[in-house]
This record gives sequence, C-alpha cells and structure tokens, in this order.
Amino acid sequence: MSTRHSAVVFLVMLAILAGLASSATPADPIKVAYIDPLSGPFAATGENGLNQFKYAADAINKSGGVLGRQLELVPLDNKVSPQESLIQLKKVIGDGIPFVFQGNSSGVAHAISDAVQKHNERDAGNRVLYLNYSAVDPALTNEKCHFWHFRFDAHADMKMAALTDVIATNKSIKKMYIIGQDYSFGKAVADAAVSMLGKKRPDIQIVGNELHPIGKVKDFSPYVQKIVASGADAVITGNWGADMIALAKAANDGGLKVPFYTYYAASDGVTAAIGAAGIDRIRLVHESHPGNPNAPKALGDYITGYRKLHPQNDINQPRIHTALNMLAQAIKRAGTTDVDKVAAALEGAEFTNLSGDQLVMRRDDHQLQMPIYISVHTNKNIKYDLDASGFGLSLENKIERDKATQPTTCKMQRPT
Amino acid sequence: MFQLILFSILNGLVYGMLLFMLSSGLTLIFGMMGVLNFAHASFYMLGAYIAFTLGLRLGFWPALVIAPIVVGLLGAVIERQGLRRVHRFGHIAELIFTFGVAIVIEEIVQLVWGRPAKSYQVPAALDFPLFRAFGSSFPAYKAFMLVISIAIFAFIFVILTRTRAGLIIQASLTHPQMVAMLGHNVPRVFMVVFGIGSALAGVAGVIAGPVLGTFPGMAQVLGSIVFVVVVIGGLGSLTGAFVASLLIGIVQTFAVAMDVSVGGMLTAVGVPASAGGALHDLWKVTIAQVAPILPYVLLVLTLILRPTGLFGTRET
Amino acid sequence: MSAPAATRSLALPGVARAVLARRVGLGLAAAVLLLILPQLVPTGTALAIMNQMGIAVIFALSFNMLLGQGGMLSFGHAVYFGIGGFIAAHVLNMAGRGTLWLPVPLLPLVGGLGGLAFAVLFGSFSTRRAGTVFSMISLGVAELMAASSLIFDRFFGGEEGITTNRSKAPLLLGLEFTRDRQVYYLIAFWLFVAALAMYAFSRTPVGRMANAVRDNPERAEFVGYSQHRVRFVSFCAAGFFAGIAGGLFAINYEILTAENMGLNASGGVLLMAYIGGIGYFVGPIIGAVIFTFLQSMLSDYTGMWLLYLGILFLITVLFVPMGLAGILMLHAPAWRSRRIGRLVVPYLITGALGLVAVIGAIGLLELLHFVAVSEGAGATKRLFWTTIAPRTLMPWLGFAALAVLGALGVRWTAPRAAAAFAEVTK
Repeated sequence: MSTRHSAVVFLVMLAILAGLASSATPADPIKVAYIDPLSGPFAATGENGLNQFKYAADAINKSGGVLGRQLELVPLDNKVSPQESLIQLKKVIGDGIPFVFQGNSSGVAHAISDAVQKHNERDAGNRVLYLNYSAVDPALTNEKCHFWHFRFDAHADMKMAALTDVIATNKSIKKMYIIGQDYSFGKAVADAAVSMLGKKRPDIQIVGNELHPIGKVKDFSPYVQKIVASGADAVITGNWGADMIALAKAANDGGLKVPFYTYYAASDGVTAAIGAAGIDRIRLVHESHPGNPNAPKALGDYITGYRKLHPQNDINQPRIHTALNMLAQAIKRAGTTDVDKVAAALEGAEFTNLSGDQLVMRRDDHQLQMPIYISVHTNKNIKYDLDASGFGLSLENKIERDKATQPTTCKMQRPT
Repeated sequence: MFQLILFSILNGLVYGMLLFMLSSGLTLIFGMMGVLNFAHASFYMLGAYIAFTLGLRLGFWPALVIAPIVVGLLGAVIERQGLRRVHRFGHIAELIFTFGVAIVIEEIVQLVWGRPAKSYQVPAALDFPLFRAFGSSFPAYKAFMLVISIAIFAFIFVILTRTRAGLIIQASLTHPQMVAMLGHNVPRVFMVVFGIGSALAGVAGVIAGPVLGTFPGMAQVLGSIVFVVVVIGGLGSLTGAFVASLLIGIVQTFAVAMDVSVGGMLTAVGVPASAGGALHDLWKVTIAQVAPILPYVLLVLTLILRPTGLFGTRET
Repeated sequence: MSAPAATRSLALPGVARAVLARRVGLGLAAAVLLLILPQLVPTGTALAIMNQMGIAVIFALSFNMLLGQGGMLSFGHAVYFGIGGFIAAHVLNMAGRGTLWLPVPLLPLVGGLGGLAFAVLFGSFSTRRAGTVFSMISLGVAELMAASSLIFDRFFGGEEGITTNRSKAPLLLGLEFTRDRQVYYLIAFWLFVAALAMYAFSRTPVGRMANAVRDNPERAEFVGYSQHRVRFVSFCAAGFFAGIAGGLFAINYEILTAENMGLNASGGVLLMAYIGGIGYFVGPIIGAVIFTFLQSMLSDYTGMWLLYLGILFLITVLFVPMGLAGILMLHAPAWRSRRIGRLVVPYLITGALGLVAVIGAIGLLELLHFVAVSEGAGATKRLFWTTIAPRTLMPWLGFAALAVLGALGVRWTAPRAAAAFAEVTK
C-alpha cells in the first residue's frame, strides 16, 4: 500500500474508534437544579444545603440511580433575590432541566412558584416541577398553591401551632416579644404567633411585634435594648441565616437572658454563636429528630457519614434526604421523567424518613404531612453536636403527624 | 426607659464615632482635591479583611497596626498611578474612576476571600461585658471602639493644627498654587493625604469588622451612610463631619427604639391622619421601620436647601 | 442672524443628501438586522439574552442623553427605569383584572410616562446645578427611593416585589405574547422607535443646546437658553426613555423588585455607556450589548465576570476614555479611504498576542480564586475547556508564561500596528 492509502486507512480507523468511544457514554443523567443562595448573607445556608443534596444524591446514585440513570445536581446562585432566581430559572428551562429544588427564601419561592406556573401553562411541552424543601410561608400551599409545587417542610403555621402549644404550658411567660425579618415568611410567623397565642393563652401580652429589613441589620443591639426595655419574658423569632447569628450575638452581648422560641436558631454558625449563654434557653421547632438523645439508627448513620465528608457542617435539614428520595421514588413509580406524570405519582405518596416517621404528601395542597419536633439548645448528653461546637439540640416535645396537620384553603387545579 | 435611653445613647455614640472615622478621611480628601472618593468605603472593607487574615496569624493587636498601614499604602498608590492620571480629564472623570476602583476592589475581595461572610471575632481580651445597668449590659469591645475613635480624632486634630506638616496640608486645602510656589511638593501632599484618609478608613474597618460584619457588601452598606454624613456636615469640613456623624449615629439608633407610627406622631402634633388612600402605607409605618431611610431624607433636603452642608464652605 | 448649521447644510444638496442617505441606510440595515436576528440564533437561551440586550440598549441610550450629551453624571438613573417598570406592572395587573383596557404593546408607553412623571418631580431640583452636586443629588435620590421601597409595601411589593402576567392582558390585533420570541419582536420594535426618537432628540435645538450646556454652561446662557431648563428637559426625556425600558422589563420578566431601582442597576448602566463610548450615539449600544453578553455568558463559567468588566472599565477610564465606539470611529477615515485592509494583518498579530496575554491573566486570576476560596486539597477545576489541578505548579507556570509572553509580544508588535494605523489615517 502506498503511504497515502495507509494514511487514509489509519484515519478511517481512528474515526471509527472515536465513534465507538463516544457511543459508549453512559445513559444521560437526570438533571436536578438547585436554586439557592450561594453568595451574600445567606450563603452558608445555601452551601450547606447544597452539600446535603449532593450527599443524598450520591447515596441514591450508588444504589443504582433512578430508572438506570444517575442524578446530577446543577447548583445555581439565587442571591436571595427574586429577580436573580428568575434569571436562573430561565436558564434551567432553557437547558431542559425538569426538576427544581429551592428553599431559601420564601420571597424567592413565591417568585419561582409563580413563574413555574405561568411557564407550565404557556409551554406544555417543556414543563418544570418545583420542589420546595424549605420555604415555609403558608400561602404557598394555600392561596398560591398549584399542581406543580410540592412542599417538603412543615409550613410556618404548622410549626407555630406546635410552638404555641409548648409556650401555653409555660405559665411563667406573661409578656411576649415577636421579632422577625420583613418579608412574607417573617410576617406569616408574626401573624400566626399573635392569633394562636391569642387563642391558647389570651393572658399573654404581646409587648413587641418588630419587623426588620432582611439581611441588612448587622448590629442588633438597638433591637435587643428594645426587647429588654419592654420587659418581655420570652421572644419568638423566625430569623434565619446571618440575621439569626447577629441577633444571637447581640442578645448575648446585651445580657438578654429570656427564653427564645425560634424556627432556625441552630447550625450554620448559629449554635456556635449562641454557645453557653443559650443553654436550656433557646428552643427550636423543626421537622425531624434532633439526634439527641437516642437518635434513630438511620439518622445517626446518615449524620456520621456526612460528618466524615464535611467535619464543619451538620445534617441540619434531613428533609433534603426526604425530598430527593421522594422525587426519586415518584420518578420510578411514574416510569418517566415527564413532569405531569411524576407530579401525579408524587401526590399522595408515602415515605418513611430517617427519623422513622411515616410521612404522606397530601393531595389537596401538596403539603407534606409530618410530625413536629421541639428541641432545646444544650450541651448535656449531646452525641451529635452542631457547628462542631460541643453544643447541640436535645428533644423536648414531639407532636404526632395527625395532631400537627393544619387545614388548607387550596383549590388545586389539575391539568387535564 | 432609662435603660433604653442610656444604651441608645451609648450605641449611637459608638456608631457615630465610627462614621466619623470613615467620613473624616473622605471629607479631607474632598476638601483637598475636589474628588468625592467612591472607593473610600472600599478601603474600609479592605481594612477589615486584611485585619481578619493578619489576625488569624498574628493576633488582633498587630493586625490593628499593620492593616491600616497596608491600606494607606494602597490608597497612596491608587492616587499616584490612577487618580493623578485622570485628574486632567475633569471632576466627572475622577468620579467615574473612583467608582470603577470601588467595583474592582469589591470584586477582588470576593476573588481572594470568597463570598460568604468572614467570622471575624472580637479579640478574647475584650470579649466581656463592661458594665451592667438596668438589666442590660454594654460590651467592653464597644467601649474600646469609642476610645480608639476619640483617640484618632484627637490625633488628627493635633497633627493638623500643631505640626508643620499639618499647616502645609491645611494651606494646600485652600491655596494649592501658593503652597507650590513656596517650594512644597503639593502633589506629594495630596498623595499623603489620600493615603492617610484611606488608612483612617482602614482603621475603621479593623475595629468595626467584628461588630458590623465582614462581608463583600460591607462597603456598599456603609458607603452610602458615610456619603450622607459628609454632605450634611459640609464637604471639606472636619467639624461638620464630626457633628453630622454623631447626629446620624444617634438619630438612627434612637429611631429603631421608637415604635410610634408616623400617623400617630402626626396626630399627636395635630395633623389629621387618614387611614386610607395611597399614603396609607406611609401612615401606618413606624419610626423604627423608617429608621434606615431617615439619613437619605436628610441628605436630599440638605442638597436642596443648603448644598454646602452645615459647616461647609464649598459645593464642589 | 445667519441660519443655524443644521438648516444651512441642507441648503447644500449633494453632501447633505449623501449624509442623510447614509443615515437612513444605517437605520434600515439596523431594522433588518433586528428582524432576522432570531432566525440566525434560534435557541431559547440566545433569545432570552437578546431580549435582555434590547432592554439594556434602550436604558443605556437614555442614560447617555444625560452623560454623553448633557454632561450630567447620574448615579440614580435606574430609579426612573424601576419606577417605569413598577407602574407598568401595576397597570398590566389592572388590565389583566379588566379594570382598564391596555394591551401589552402599549405598555412601555405607560412605563415611559411613569418615568417621565418622576423625572419631572426629581429633576426640578436635581438639575439646578451640574457637576458633582448633580451627581450627589442623584445618588441621594437613588438611596431614598431604595429605602422607601421598604415602606411603600403595596406599591413595591416588599421583598417579594410585584409580579404580573402578560398573558392576561387584552389583545391588540390578536397579538399574543406568551412566547419569548413574540416578546423579542415587541422589544425590537420599541428599541427601533426609542433609538430613533432619542437620535432625533439629539438633533433638535434643545438636544444641541444640551451639548453646549455640557461644554460651557455660562456661554450657553449667553445664547439665550437657561442652563437649568435645558438640563431639565434632557433629564425628563432621559427619564421617559428609561421608563420605556422599564416597561419592557416588566413585560419580559413579569417581576419587578426594589433592586431594579437600586445602585447596582445604576452602576451597571454607567459601565455600559462608558465602555461603549459616551461621545457617540452608538457607544451605549455597543456597551450594552457587550455588558449583557458578558454578564449572561460569563456568569455561567466564572463568578468573576464583574471583575473582568470592572477592569475593562478602569482601562477605559484611564487609557481609552473615548470608549469602544471611539476606537471604531478613529478608523472611520481609513474605512472611507478604503485603506483599512492594510490594518488587518498588524492588528491580527497584535490582537492575537493580546488575547494570549488576556487568557494568561484570566487563568491566573481564576487559579488564585480557586485556591483562595475552595476547601479540600486536590480538587480540580475546569478552565478554558480543560481540567486543571490548581494546587500543582504547572497551571500557574503555564498561565504566567502565557501572560508574560503575550504582554511582551504586544509590546513588540504594537509599534508596527500603530505605524500602520498612522499611515492609513493620513
């Protein structure tokens, strides 16, 4: 053969090999978008959340994936800005990603839920499913509910009902101060606190109902001084992220020693900031077992495994494991990633979470029904601590699922 | 009540003196060069970040001394290489240049230190309550902040009025050409002033970082308030900056403490407050919620009614 | 009194008609380009970016009415953009509820009128002085509006902002706007109309006087115009067109938040206009296109896109104050004398070497960012389509070499390019 011929043969063989190599790629992954804050005052929350999602996805992928395909997380930064989130959502839709997880904040959740509904109504061939794992403004499963939104955390009213039950039993509280972030969630917490306390303990006087700009106040000393001046016996707050850390610091500095009833005063830096000053004083209402005392085995193993990868972070949102696994389960049940079919499979689905609780996704409003836990910040008998600080949460009360359920005003429209 | 007043005054003083540390540099630079330095608050941010990093290795106290020097040198370099070049294109070009510098510094901070806030802690030596009164306590660190701010103010005052260098600086403020003809290197004086002003902002960053937070947005947050202070006090006037800083600091702190609504206040003064209509939102809002907006209202009013500010002598 | 320059030139038939023909031709070419653009790049992402670009171009052009033409540096121009958008969103909601009849295509006008109203309000005192005082007032107004957004909950929607729905409004001539592509044509239409209007404004007596007031306010007064009034008219016109851009924003994104009025938005438009070149009408167009492109495309690959833009901005301010449009215009004589071909080779060489240097610099910055910020040793990073291990020495050396060699190469070949330019521009 002449050199020219051999060259041609060589090139043809190369081409065939290249073709074979590319066709041997694995089945393409199921992409799942994660639109949460990866910068700004709430970056720590978003980044730890992302790590927990990755951890849960890795576990699913190791045991074979979903329908033979691997789950692939696509993280996007929402900067806690509704607008920025919509820009990311446009990217998600443009890239053909069918599933979106988001949780921080409720303000962003409203924008995404609204945009998802509009898009799905206009473009039936390219629908997106919105899986809300942490935005707990009740409106999202009440007046703003729609078929393509599912919520995996107990909403603010469910949590406040549990919290006020516990507060009601504490007879030493006569004056209550409410402080929160000035947006949908903060307002929802304040409204629920006022109305539920009014029903269960009408003798408690609300001596303060304060809303501050979210993510902007760095020095809470003036607010702490107000709380002291009001003579409050206890404080209710829904603050989270940097706002909770700053509030805790200012409360410690200002010598404020009253009990705090909170939604998010643990982990992501808050437990370390509270430290010894908050022992037996700071309480948290949340959706799964705190790990102490006597963690259920599945939860304990999960936490231990995560700690090996991220020694400085905690499994502070076991609902992430729940949400991702319920999605995987629904895709398997539907046999497809078609959004409408997956959503239909997710409605009414049941799941046993890491704490051993039986959860069910209510059809009427797509709100996951679950028991509610109330724990206290302490350093006694803490096997699983938070922020690697030696302090952690210890279980005080558990309200069972049927007691924790709340009615809904949702009038769900289902696609035909 | 006393507790609230006492602590509000104290917190207001601390915040006000911090603002003064920042605004003194800015107003000096403006008075001297006619440049409103957008990047001034960026030096504040750099001071905090550099002190945080140095503090991890060397401790808080060495960082307190070294970080402002680094920031001051950086300021001098920026003046020499950048600002001087743009000077001949006019004030607008200088403004645009410092604006660009502010953006680049903020991005470089995110490049080197990342986006999440840094856990810049109060040094252990100062992390205790100084005194308790009326059921609340005042942290020693805040007292430290106050002491440092006052010390720096005194230091600047003495340097400017009692030393030869200070006299030259003061003269360059009003008669740069004459001073140049007398044989002084006026451009070098400008560079030194810019550097010192930046170093002052850096000191403010070092001590405020633990209290007000160390995060990439810190320059924007404080930058606007400092700008307000400088304008209200009067461009170029140190006394004005001092008075305006304390005024804004105390007003903002007290405003948070007041739960009276605007409508309620107006009714108390005799103005009938209607509950409906487009202004309903304005009526039911409390002074506490309005607190962040008060400085800007004062700013716009000052610029309309008295653009030279309280103590200033020039507008541009 | 002799006739002003504009009418005098029309008295000369040949030259004036040629200029007019050229301008009309450019306008038609632009219109055709706008029409066929979606066909050229039909992907969803490209369409979304083009929509964003269109809005940014109108906004940047309106900003340049203040800065480039009027000499007024405003740090709060986004206020009028945002207010226009909010008003448009509220009106669109009212149209959706049936309270009033307003189809989507007319909505940008509503935004424009909203921007105009507030420009009249704030411009009355802002424009009394020019220079630094004007800039300071604009900054103060911007801060004020941003802060008031927290108070006027019902108008600004608080943290959540105001959402709206363009599918619920009544239809005009049966035109629907459910798809991005339909919105694109609406934006393109308004872009053409607004740009034409702004260009025409710059040729009117008030537009010309704005130039005069920019250059020498005192002398302009001697011609008989009040500088305050001229600035005020420019300011209001700029606010009107910014409001149009805001209205289009409301239609495109269906959400407005306080951020849209904020300092970041105002800063962004300043960057766009300045990089593009404030001395030329097309400057802001170029700047807006580049800014939007970098923002959308780069932000996927690197979080540092704003740094690169900021550095570009600083370079423009320090070394190339005429902006990109200015650089292009410098080559106009060469283009007209058809000798531009001689520049191709020297420019390509210097340009390629410059690109090498830039790649090296970007690589170094990205490596620095990765090492400074990420946790866990041995992690890898994808950079320029290759996977790199930033904790080893090789990538650092490689990028440093690229940067240094590229810079040296530029230094070597730049004189030749400059000489070619000088020769061609003679």
